[in-house]
Amino acid sequence: MPNVTLRIFRGDRESGKTADYEIPLTPGMVVLDALHYVQKYQAADLAVRWNCKAGKCGSCSAEVNGRPRLTCKTRMDSLPQDKPITILPMKSFPVIKDLVTDVSWNYKVNKKIPAFQPRPGTDWKMWQKDVDRVQEFRKCIECFLCQNVCHVLRDHDKHEEFGGPRFFVRIAGLEMHPLDGVSRTALLKKELGLGLCNITKCCTEVCPEEIHITNNAIIPLKERVVDEFYDPVLRLVRKIRGA
Amino acid sequence: MASASQTAYQAARTGSWWTQVVPVVVILGGFGAYATWRAFEGAYFWAAPYLSPFYSPLIDIHHRYWPYSPALLILGGPLGFRATCYYYRKAYYRAFFLDPGACAVPERKRDYSGETRFPFILQNAHRYFMYVAIIFLAFLWHDAIGAFRFPDGFGIGVGTLVLLANVILLSLYFGSCHSLRHLLGGKLDCFSCSKFGGARHSTWKSLSFLNEHHMLFAWASLFSVGFADFYVRLVSSGAIRDLRIL
Repeated sequence: MPNVTLRIFRGDRESGKTADYEIPLTPGMVVLDALHYVQKYQAADLAVRWNCKAGKCGSCSAEVNGRPRLTCKTRMDSLPQDKPITILPMKSFPVIKDLVTDVSWNYKVNKKIPAFQPRPGTDWKMWQKDVDRVQEFRKCIECFLCQNVCHVLRDHDKHEEFGGPRFFVRIAGLEMHPLDGVSRTALLKKELGLGLCNITKCCTEVCPEEIHITNNAIIPLKERVVDEFYDPVLRLVRKIRGA
Repeated sequence: MASASQTAYQAARTGSWWTQVVPVVVILGGFGAYATWRAFEGAYFWAAPYLSPFYSPLIDIHHRYWPYSPALLILGGPLGFRATCYYYRKAYYRAFFLDPGACAVPERKRDYSGETRFPFILQNAHRYFMYVAIIFLAFLWHDAIGAFRFPDGFGIGVGTLVLLANVILLSLYFGSCHSLRHLLGGKLDCFSCSKFGGARHSTWKSLSFLNEHHMLFAWASLFSVGFADFYVRLVSSGAIRDLRIL
Protein backbone atom coordinates (compact mmCIF):
# COMPACT_ATOMS: atom_id res chain seq x y z
CA MET A 1 0.00 0.00 0.00
CA PRO A 2 1.32 3.49 -0.81
CA ASN A 3 1.97 6.00 1.94
CA VAL A 4 0.48 9.49 1.98
CA THR A 5 1.40 12.53 4.00
CA LEU A 6 -1.20 14.35 6.08
CA ARG A 7 -0.38 17.95 6.97
CA ILE A 8 -2.53 18.58 10.05
CA PHE A 9 -2.99 21.75 12.08
CA ARG A 10 -1.74 21.32 15.64
CA GLY A 11 -2.38 24.10 18.11
CA ASP A 12 -4.98 26.01 20.04
CA ARG A 13 -6.70 29.41 20.08
CA GLU A 14 -3.45 31.28 20.73
CA SER A 15 -1.01 29.67 18.32
CA GLY A 16 -0.28 26.65 16.22
CA LYS A 17 1.31 25.25 13.10
CA THR A 18 0.92 22.32 10.77
CA ALA A 19 2.71 19.01 11.31
CA ASP A 20 3.27 16.21 8.77
CA TYR A 21 2.30 12.58 9.40
CA GLU A 22 2.92 9.77 6.97
CA ILE A 23 0.31 7.02 6.98
CA PRO A 24 -0.37 3.92 4.88
CA LEU A 25 -3.33 4.24 2.53
CA THR A 26 -5.93 1.46 2.72
CA PRO A 27 -8.80 0.76 0.31
CA GLY A 28 -11.95 2.76 1.04
CA MET A 29 -10.14 4.96 3.54
CA VAL A 30 -11.75 8.33 4.32
CA VAL A 31 -9.97 11.35 5.79
CA LEU A 32 -11.45 10.65 9.22
CA ASP A 33 -9.97 7.11 9.10
CA ALA A 34 -6.61 8.66 8.30
CA LEU A 35 -6.93 11.03 11.25
CA HIS A 36 -7.80 8.10 13.52
CA TYR A 37 -4.72 6.27 12.26
CA VAL A 38 -2.57 9.26 13.21
CA GLN A 39 -4.31 9.44 16.59
CA LYS A 40 -3.74 5.73 17.25
CA TYR A 41 -0.15 5.34 16.12
CA GLN A 42 1.56 8.72 15.91
CA ALA A 43 -0.12 11.48 17.92
CA ALA A 44 -2.42 10.26 20.67
CA ASP A 45 -3.17 13.85 21.70
CA LEU A 46 -4.56 14.87 18.27
CA ALA A 47 -7.98 16.43 18.88
CA VAL A 48 -10.68 15.51 16.34
CA ARG A 49 -14.42 15.84 16.90
CA TRP A 50 -16.42 12.97 15.44
CA ASN A 51 -19.34 10.79 16.28
CA CYS A 52 -21.27 8.74 13.72
CA LYS A 53 -18.72 8.33 10.89
CA ALA A 54 -21.69 8.08 8.56
CA GLY A 55 -22.25 11.66 7.40
CA LYS A 56 -25.24 12.15 9.67
CA CYS A 57 -24.05 13.73 12.91
CA GLY A 58 -22.24 16.72 11.37
CA SER A 59 -19.38 16.61 13.88
CA CYS A 60 -16.27 16.00 11.79
CA SER A 61 -16.31 19.18 9.68
CA ALA A 62 -12.86 20.48 8.71
CA GLU A 63 -11.03 21.92 5.71
CA VAL A 64 -9.41 19.31 3.50
CA ASN A 65 -7.03 20.82 0.96
CA GLY A 66 -8.70 24.15 1.60
CA ARG A 67 -12.25 22.97 1.01
CA PRO A 68 -14.79 22.72 3.83
CA ARG A 69 -15.87 19.07 4.08
CA LEU A 70 -17.06 16.31 6.35
CA THR A 71 -13.91 14.26 6.87
CA CYS A 72 -15.99 11.08 7.15
CA LYS A 73 -17.40 11.60 3.66
CA THR A 74 -14.16 12.55 1.94
CA ARG A 75 -12.40 9.54 0.45
CA MET A 76 -8.63 9.61 0.48
CA ASP A 77 -8.50 8.27 -3.08
CA SER A 78 -10.42 11.35 -4.26
CA LEU A 79 -7.50 13.57 -3.21
CA PRO A 80 -4.16 14.01 -5.00
CA GLN A 81 -1.61 11.86 -3.18
CA ASP A 82 1.59 13.15 -4.74
CA LYS A 83 1.73 16.01 -2.25
CA PRO A 84 0.66 16.39 1.40
CA ILE A 85 -3.08 16.49 2.13
CA THR A 86 -3.72 19.54 4.29
CA ILE A 87 -6.31 19.32 7.06
CA LEU A 88 -7.13 22.54 8.89
CA PRO A 89 -9.88 23.41 11.39
CA MET A 90 -12.94 25.39 10.21
CA LYS A 91 -11.76 28.93 9.62
CA SER A 92 -14.86 30.80 10.74
CA PHE A 93 -14.81 29.57 14.32
CA PRO A 94 -12.19 29.83 17.09
CA VAL A 95 -9.99 26.79 17.56
CA ILE A 96 -10.23 24.88 20.83
CA LYS A 97 -7.51 22.37 19.98
CA ASP A 98 -6.13 21.03 16.70
CA LEU A 99 -9.16 20.30 14.46
CA VAL A 100 -11.81 20.99 17.08
CA THR A 101 -13.46 24.40 16.89
CA ASP A 102 -15.81 26.23 19.20
CA VAL A 103 -19.11 26.44 17.33
CA SER A 104 -21.14 27.76 20.28
CA TRP A 105 -21.70 31.08 18.48
CA ASN A 106 -24.19 29.20 16.29
CA TYR A 107 -26.30 28.24 19.29
CA LYS A 108 -26.44 31.87 20.38
CA VAL A 109 -27.77 32.84 16.95
CA ASN A 110 -30.28 30.02 17.14
CA LYS A 111 -31.72 31.43 20.36
CA LYS A 112 -32.67 34.65 18.58
CA ILE A 113 -35.13 32.81 16.34
CA PRO A 114 -38.72 32.61 17.59
CA ALA A 115 -39.78 28.97 17.69
CA PHE A 116 -42.76 27.53 15.83
CA GLN A 117 -45.98 29.07 17.05
CA PRO A 118 -49.30 27.88 15.66
CA ARG A 119 -51.85 30.39 14.41
CA PRO A 120 -54.79 30.90 16.77
CA GLY A 121 -57.46 28.26 16.19
CA THR A 122 -55.16 26.05 14.12
CA ASP A 123 -56.74 23.01 12.53
CA TRP A 124 -53.96 20.43 13.09
CA LYS A 125 -54.20 18.90 9.67
CA MET A 126 -51.49 19.29 7.05
CA TRP A 127 -51.35 18.30 3.41
CA GLN A 128 -48.20 16.86 1.91
CA LYS A 129 -48.04 19.55 -0.77
CA ASP A 130 -47.87 22.16 1.99
CA VAL A 131 -44.94 20.58 3.80
CA ASP A 132 -42.84 19.38 0.86
CA ARG A 133 -40.68 22.49 0.96
CA VAL A 134 -40.17 22.42 4.71
CA GLN A 135 -39.04 18.80 4.71
CA GLU A 136 -35.99 19.65 2.64
CA PHE A 137 -34.84 22.06 5.34
CA ARG A 138 -35.27 19.41 8.04
CA LYS A 139 -32.43 17.42 6.46
CA CYS A 140 -29.86 19.82 7.95
CA ILE A 141 -27.37 17.99 10.21
CA GLU A 142 -25.84 21.19 11.63
CA CYS A 143 -22.33 20.44 10.45
CA PHE A 144 -21.88 24.23 10.05
CA LEU A 145 -19.89 23.81 6.83
CA CYS A 146 -22.21 26.39 5.24
CA GLN A 147 -21.49 28.82 8.07
CA ASN A 148 -17.79 28.12 7.70
CA VAL A 149 -17.60 28.70 3.95
CA CYS A 150 -19.83 31.77 3.92
CA HIS A 151 -17.50 34.68 3.16
CA VAL A 152 -19.60 37.08 5.25
CA LEU A 153 -18.44 35.16 8.33
CA ARG A 154 -15.24 33.66 7.02
CA ASP A 155 -13.57 36.73 5.53
CA HIS A 156 -15.57 39.66 6.86
CA ASP A 157 -16.14 38.44 10.44
CA LYS A 158 -19.73 39.70 10.58
CA HIS A 159 -20.66 37.36 13.40
CA GLU A 160 -22.42 40.15 15.28
CA GLU A 161 -24.64 41.24 12.39
CA PHE A 162 -25.24 38.09 10.38
CA GLY A 163 -27.05 34.84 11.09
CA GLY A 164 -25.54 32.69 8.34
CA PRO A 165 -27.00 30.14 5.92
CA ARG A 166 -27.72 27.48 8.54
CA PHE A 167 -30.14 29.78 10.32
CA PHE A 168 -31.69 31.09 7.15
CA VAL A 169 -32.52 27.47 6.40
CA ARG A 170 -34.05 27.07 9.85
CA ILE A 171 -36.08 30.27 9.46
CA ALA A 172 -37.22 29.22 5.97
CA GLY A 173 -38.52 26.00 7.50
CA LEU A 174 -40.52 27.98 10.05
CA GLU A 175 -41.66 30.79 7.76
CA MET A 176 -42.95 28.39 5.11
CA HIS A 177 -44.62 26.11 7.61
CA PRO A 178 -48.35 25.99 6.80
CA LEU A 179 -49.43 26.24 10.44
CA ASP A 180 -46.91 28.76 11.78
CA GLY A 181 -48.27 32.18 12.70
CA VAL A 182 -45.12 34.23 13.44
CA SER A 183 -43.38 36.56 10.98
CA ARG A 184 -39.60 36.59 11.14
CA THR A 185 -38.92 38.93 8.22
CA ALA A 186 -38.06 41.90 10.45
CA LEU A 187 -35.63 39.70 12.38
CA LEU A 188 -34.06 38.57 9.10
CA LYS A 189 -33.55 42.10 7.87
CA LYS A 190 -32.56 43.85 11.06
CA GLU A 191 -30.83 41.36 13.33
CA LEU A 192 -29.71 38.49 11.15
CA GLY A 193 -28.48 40.65 8.25
CA LEU A 194 -30.01 38.74 5.35
CA GLY A 195 -29.02 41.67 3.10
CA LEU A 196 -25.35 40.91 3.76
CA CYS A 197 -25.73 37.66 1.83
CA ASN A 198 -24.76 38.24 -1.79
CA ILE A 199 -26.01 34.80 -2.86
CA THR A 200 -22.73 33.46 -4.20
CA LYS A 201 -23.96 29.96 -3.37
CA CYS A 202 -20.91 28.56 -1.58
CA CYS A 203 -23.22 27.34 1.20
CA THR A 204 -25.11 25.25 -1.34
CA GLU A 205 -21.88 23.92 -2.83
CA VAL A 206 -20.59 22.54 0.47
CA CYS A 207 -23.83 21.21 1.98
CA PRO A 208 -23.35 17.45 2.52
CA GLU A 209 -27.13 16.97 2.64
CA GLU A 210 -27.46 18.72 -0.73
CA ILE A 211 -30.03 21.19 0.56
CA HIS A 212 -30.63 23.89 -2.06
CA ILE A 213 -29.84 26.52 0.54
CA THR A 214 -29.65 29.50 -1.78
CA ASN A 215 -32.44 28.75 -4.23
CA ASN A 216 -34.95 27.28 -1.81
CA ALA A 217 -34.25 29.06 1.47
CA ILE A 218 -32.25 32.28 1.13
CA ILE A 219 -33.69 33.69 -2.09
CA PRO A 220 -37.32 33.00 -1.08
CA LEU A 221 -36.57 34.71 2.24
CA LYS A 222 -35.00 37.66 0.42
CA GLU A 223 -38.19 37.90 -1.65
CA ARG A 224 -40.27 37.89 1.54
CA VAL A 225 -38.13 40.70 2.95
CA VAL A 226 -38.70 42.63 -0.29
CA ASP A 227 -42.47 42.04 0.10
CA GLU A 228 -42.32 43.53 3.56
CA PHE A 229 -39.78 46.33 3.26
CA TYR A 230 -38.84 47.23 -0.30
CA ASP A 231 -41.98 46.88 -2.44
CA PRO A 232 -43.94 50.16 -2.37
CA VAL A 233 -46.88 48.68 -4.28
CA LEU A 234 -47.34 45.85 -1.79
CA ARG A 235 -46.97 48.31 1.04
CA LEU A 236 -49.80 50.38 -0.46
CA VAL A 237 -51.95 47.27 -0.92
CA ARG A 238 -51.38 46.34 2.71
CA LYS A 239 -52.34 49.86 3.79
CA ILE A 240 -55.55 49.78 1.76
CA ARG A 241 -56.46 46.37 3.16
CA GLY A 242 -55.58 47.60 6.64
CA ALA A 243 -53.23 44.68 7.16
CA MET B 1 -11.31 33.35 13.78
CA ALA B 2 -9.27 30.16 13.74
CA SER B 3 -5.67 30.44 14.89
CA ALA B 4 -4.22 28.82 11.76
CA SER B 5 -3.00 31.79 9.74
CA GLN B 6 -4.66 33.26 6.67
CA THR B 7 -1.59 32.16 4.72
CA ALA B 8 -2.08 28.57 5.83
CA TYR B 9 -5.66 28.62 4.52
CA GLN B 10 -4.54 30.32 1.31
CA ALA B 11 -1.82 27.74 0.77
CA ALA B 12 -4.14 24.86 1.57
CA ARG B 13 -6.73 25.82 -1.07
CA THR B 14 -5.86 23.59 -4.01
CA GLY B 15 -7.35 23.73 -7.51
CA SER B 16 -7.42 26.49 -10.08
CA TRP B 17 -10.42 28.44 -8.84
CA TRP B 18 -9.84 31.16 -11.43
CA THR B 19 -10.81 28.76 -14.24
CA GLN B 20 -14.43 29.36 -13.23
CA VAL B 21 -13.97 33.10 -13.08
CA VAL B 22 -12.15 33.80 -16.34
CA PRO B 23 -14.89 32.49 -18.71
CA VAL B 24 -17.50 34.61 -16.90
CA VAL B 25 -15.32 37.72 -17.19
CA VAL B 26 -14.64 37.05 -20.87
CA ILE B 27 -18.21 36.19 -21.86
CA LEU B 28 -20.08 38.76 -19.77
CA GLY B 29 -17.47 41.42 -20.54
CA GLY B 30 -17.52 40.55 -24.25
CA PHE B 31 -21.30 40.59 -24.37
CA GLY B 32 -21.36 43.92 -22.54
CA ALA B 33 -18.90 45.45 -25.00
CA TYR B 34 -20.75 44.08 -28.05
CA ALA B 35 -24.18 45.15 -26.75
CA THR B 36 -22.92 48.65 -25.96
CA TRP B 37 -21.40 49.03 -29.42
CA ARG B 38 -24.58 47.75 -31.10
CA ALA B 39 -26.81 49.94 -28.96
CA PHE B 40 -24.88 53.05 -29.98
CA GLU B 41 -24.52 52.00 -33.61
CA GLY B 42 -28.17 52.77 -34.37
CA ALA B 43 -28.10 50.97 -37.75
CA TYR B 44 -28.49 47.52 -39.36
CA PHE B 45 -31.23 46.43 -36.97
CA TRP B 46 -33.93 45.68 -39.53
CA ALA B 47 -33.77 43.18 -42.38
CA ALA B 48 -37.36 42.45 -43.41
CA PRO B 49 -39.02 40.58 -41.79
CA TYR B 50 -36.42 40.41 -39.03
CA LEU B 51 -35.97 42.94 -36.24
CA SER B 52 -32.95 42.75 -33.95
CA PRO B 53 -33.93 41.97 -30.33
CA PHE B 54 -31.65 44.81 -29.20
CA TYR B 55 -33.98 47.28 -30.94
CA SER B 56 -37.35 45.77 -30.09
CA PRO B 57 -39.73 47.50 -29.59
CA LEU B 58 -38.70 50.11 -32.16
CA ILE B 59 -39.36 53.57 -30.76
CA ASP B 60 -38.98 56.87 -32.62
CA ILE B 61 -37.15 55.32 -35.52
CA HIS B 62 -37.30 58.62 -37.47
CA HIS B 63 -35.62 60.56 -34.61
CA ARG B 64 -38.45 63.04 -34.10
CA TYR B 65 -38.00 63.18 -30.34
CA TRP B 66 -34.80 61.21 -29.74
CA PRO B 67 -31.73 62.02 -31.83
CA TYR B 68 -29.71 58.97 -30.79
CA SER B 69 -29.97 55.25 -31.38
CA PRO B 70 -33.48 53.92 -30.57
CA ALA B 71 -31.88 50.98 -28.73
CA LEU B 72 -30.74 53.34 -25.99
CA LEU B 73 -34.38 54.05 -25.16
CA ILE B 74 -35.18 50.45 -24.32
CA LEU B 75 -32.04 48.58 -23.30
CA GLY B 76 -32.42 49.64 -19.66
CA GLY B 77 -35.31 47.18 -19.23
CA PRO B 78 -33.58 43.94 -20.22
CA LEU B 79 -30.27 45.15 -18.78
CA GLY B 80 -31.91 45.82 -15.41
CA PHE B 81 -33.59 42.42 -15.44
CA ARG B 82 -30.29 40.64 -16.05
CA ALA B 83 -28.21 42.87 -13.76
CA THR B 84 -30.50 42.23 -10.79
CA CYS B 85 -31.07 38.53 -11.64
CA TYR B 86 -30.20 36.24 -8.74
CA TYR B 87 -28.03 34.04 -10.95
CA TYR B 88 -26.08 36.84 -12.62
CA ARG B 89 -25.51 38.43 -9.23
CA LYS B 90 -23.67 35.30 -8.15
CA ALA B 91 -21.73 35.26 -11.42
CA TYR B 92 -20.56 38.85 -11.39
CA TYR B 93 -19.98 39.15 -7.65
CA ARG B 94 -17.60 36.23 -8.02
CA ALA B 95 -16.02 37.14 -11.34
CA PHE B 96 -15.80 40.92 -11.29
CA PHE B 97 -15.75 41.72 -7.57
CA LEU B 98 -13.99 38.54 -6.35
CA ASP B 99 -16.49 38.66 -3.53
CA PRO B 100 -15.53 35.78 -3.18
CA GLY B 101 -13.64 34.67 -6.31
CA ALA B 102 -14.60 31.08 -5.43
CA CYS B 103 -15.65 29.19 -2.32
CA ALA B 104 -13.10 29.30 0.52
CA VAL B 105 -10.75 31.51 -1.48
CA PRO B 106 -9.55 34.27 0.86
CA GLU B 107 -10.79 37.80 0.16
CA ARG B 108 -9.17 41.10 0.87
CA LYS B 109 -10.33 42.75 4.09
CA ARG B 110 -12.54 45.79 3.59
CA ASP B 111 -15.81 47.33 4.72
CA TYR B 112 -18.24 44.80 3.39
CA SER B 113 -21.94 45.67 3.28
CA GLY B 114 -23.33 43.05 0.87
CA GLU B 115 -26.67 44.18 -0.53
CA THR B 116 -27.58 46.48 2.34
CA ARG B 117 -26.29 49.76 0.93
CA PHE B 118 -26.37 51.74 -2.33
CA PRO B 119 -25.89 50.65 -5.08
CA PHE B 120 -26.43 46.95 -4.33
CA ILE B 121 -29.54 47.57 -2.25
CA LEU B 122 -31.19 48.26 -5.62
CA GLN B 123 -31.01 44.52 -6.32
CA ASN B 124 -34.25 44.41 -4.36
CA ALA B 125 -35.97 45.95 -7.39
CA HIS B 126 -35.57 42.74 -9.38
CA ARG B 127 -39.31 42.04 -9.38
CA TYR B 128 -40.01 45.42 -11.00
CA PHE B 129 -37.58 44.64 -13.80
CA MET B 130 -39.36 41.31 -14.10
CA TYR B 131 -42.66 43.13 -14.69
CA VAL B 132 -40.95 45.22 -17.37
CA ALA B 133 -39.43 42.06 -18.89
CA ILE B 134 -42.95 40.69 -19.54
CA ILE B 135 -43.59 43.63 -21.87
CA PHE B 136 -40.33 43.06 -23.73
CA LEU B 137 -41.07 39.38 -24.04
CA ALA B 138 -44.47 40.15 -25.57
CA PHE B 139 -42.79 42.36 -28.20
CA LEU B 140 -40.17 39.70 -28.94
CA TRP B 141 -42.85 37.05 -29.46
CA HIS B 142 -44.61 39.51 -31.79
CA ASP B 143 -41.31 39.93 -33.70
CA ALA B 144 -40.69 36.17 -33.84
CA ILE B 145 -44.17 35.56 -35.25
CA GLY B 146 -43.67 38.48 -37.61
CA ALA B 147 -40.48 36.77 -38.85
CA PHE B 148 -42.74 34.25 -40.62
CA ARG B 149 -44.37 37.02 -42.67
CA PHE B 150 -42.19 37.76 -45.70
CA PRO B 151 -43.14 40.40 -48.33
CA ASP B 152 -44.38 37.52 -50.57
CA GLY B 153 -46.36 35.85 -47.78
CA PHE B 154 -45.72 33.10 -45.22
CA GLY B 155 -42.23 31.70 -45.14
CA ILE B 156 -39.41 30.43 -43.00
CA GLY B 157 -35.84 31.63 -43.23
CA VAL B 158 -32.80 30.91 -41.10
CA GLY B 159 -33.48 34.24 -39.42
CA THR B 160 -37.00 33.09 -38.53
CA LEU B 161 -35.55 30.11 -36.68
CA VAL B 162 -32.90 32.27 -35.00
CA LEU B 163 -35.50 34.73 -33.71
CA LEU B 164 -37.84 31.91 -32.66
CA ALA B 165 -35.11 30.02 -30.78
CA ASN B 166 -34.11 33.29 -29.12
CA VAL B 167 -37.58 34.12 -27.85
CA ILE B 168 -38.09 30.55 -26.59
CA LEU B 169 -34.83 30.68 -24.63
CA LEU B 170 -35.68 34.13 -23.28
CA SER B 171 -39.09 32.82 -22.20
CA LEU B 172 -37.43 29.91 -20.39
CA TYR B 173 -35.04 32.32 -18.71
CA PHE B 174 -37.98 34.47 -17.67
CA GLY B 175 -40.04 31.46 -16.55
CA SER B 176 -37.24 30.20 -14.33
CA CYS B 177 -36.89 33.56 -12.55
CA HIS B 178 -36.80 33.37 -8.73
CA SER B 179 -39.05 36.41 -8.33
CA LEU B 180 -41.68 34.95 -10.65
CA ARG B 181 -41.58 31.70 -8.70
CA HIS B 182 -42.13 33.66 -5.50
CA LEU B 183 -44.90 35.79 -6.95
CA LEU B 184 -46.94 32.96 -8.42
CA GLY B 185 -46.79 30.55 -5.49
CA GLY B 186 -43.63 30.64 -3.40
CA LYS B 187 -44.88 33.45 -1.19
CA LEU B 188 -47.73 31.27 0.14
CA ASP B 189 -47.20 29.34 3.37
CA CYS B 190 -50.19 27.13 2.85
CA PHE B 191 -51.31 26.19 -0.64
CA SER B 192 -54.29 24.16 0.52
CA CYS B 193 -55.77 27.05 2.49
CA SER B 194 -55.31 29.76 -0.17
CA LYS B 195 -57.54 30.82 -3.04
CA PHE B 196 -56.58 28.92 -6.20
CA GLY B 197 -54.09 27.04 -3.99
CA GLY B 198 -54.11 23.92 -6.17
CA ALA B 199 -53.36 25.86 -9.34
CA ARG B 200 -50.73 27.96 -7.59
CA HIS B 201 -49.05 24.87 -6.19
CA SER B 202 -48.89 23.28 -9.66
CA THR B 203 -47.55 26.52 -11.10
CA TRP B 204 -44.99 26.82 -8.32
CA LYS B 205 -43.86 23.23 -8.86
CA SER B 206 -43.45 23.77 -12.61
CA LEU B 207 -41.59 27.03 -12.06
CA SER B 208 -39.39 25.31 -9.45
CA PHE B 209 -38.44 22.74 -12.08
CA LEU B 210 -37.49 25.51 -14.50
CA ASN B 211 -35.77 27.39 -11.68
CA GLU B 212 -33.32 24.52 -11.15
CA HIS B 213 -32.01 25.28 -14.65
CA HIS B 214 -31.98 29.07 -14.29
CA MET B 215 -28.23 29.28 -14.83
CA LEU B 216 -28.44 27.28 -18.06
CA PHE B 217 -31.26 29.46 -19.40
CA ALA B 218 -29.42 32.62 -18.33
CA TRP B 219 -26.38 31.72 -20.42
CA ALA B 220 -28.29 30.17 -23.32
CA SER B 221 -30.54 33.22 -23.67
CA LEU B 222 -27.55 35.57 -23.42
CA PHE B 223 -25.89 33.78 -26.32
CA SER B 224 -29.11 33.58 -28.31
CA VAL B 225 -29.97 37.25 -27.96
CA GLY B 226 -26.45 38.26 -28.96
CA PHE B 227 -26.43 35.86 -31.89
CA ALA B 228 -29.91 36.94 -33.05
CA ASP B 229 -28.76 40.55 -33.16
CA PHE B 230 -25.52 39.59 -34.89
CA TYR B 231 -27.42 37.58 -37.51
CA VAL B 232 -29.83 40.44 -38.24
CA ARG B 233 -26.89 42.81 -38.51
CA LEU B 234 -25.12 40.56 -41.01
CA VAL B 235 -28.25 40.26 -43.17
CA SER B 236 -29.13 43.93 -42.85
CA SER B 237 -25.63 45.12 -43.75
CA GLY B 238 -25.52 42.80 -46.76
CA ALA B 239 -22.62 40.75 -45.39
CA ILE B 240 -24.67 37.57 -45.87
CA ARG B 241 -27.99 36.64 -47.48
CA ASP B 242 -30.68 35.05 -45.39
CA LEU B 243 -31.29 31.48 -46.49
CA ARG B 244 -34.97 30.87 -47.18
CA ILE B 245 -36.03 27.38 -46.06
CA LEU B 246 -39.70 27.57 -47.01
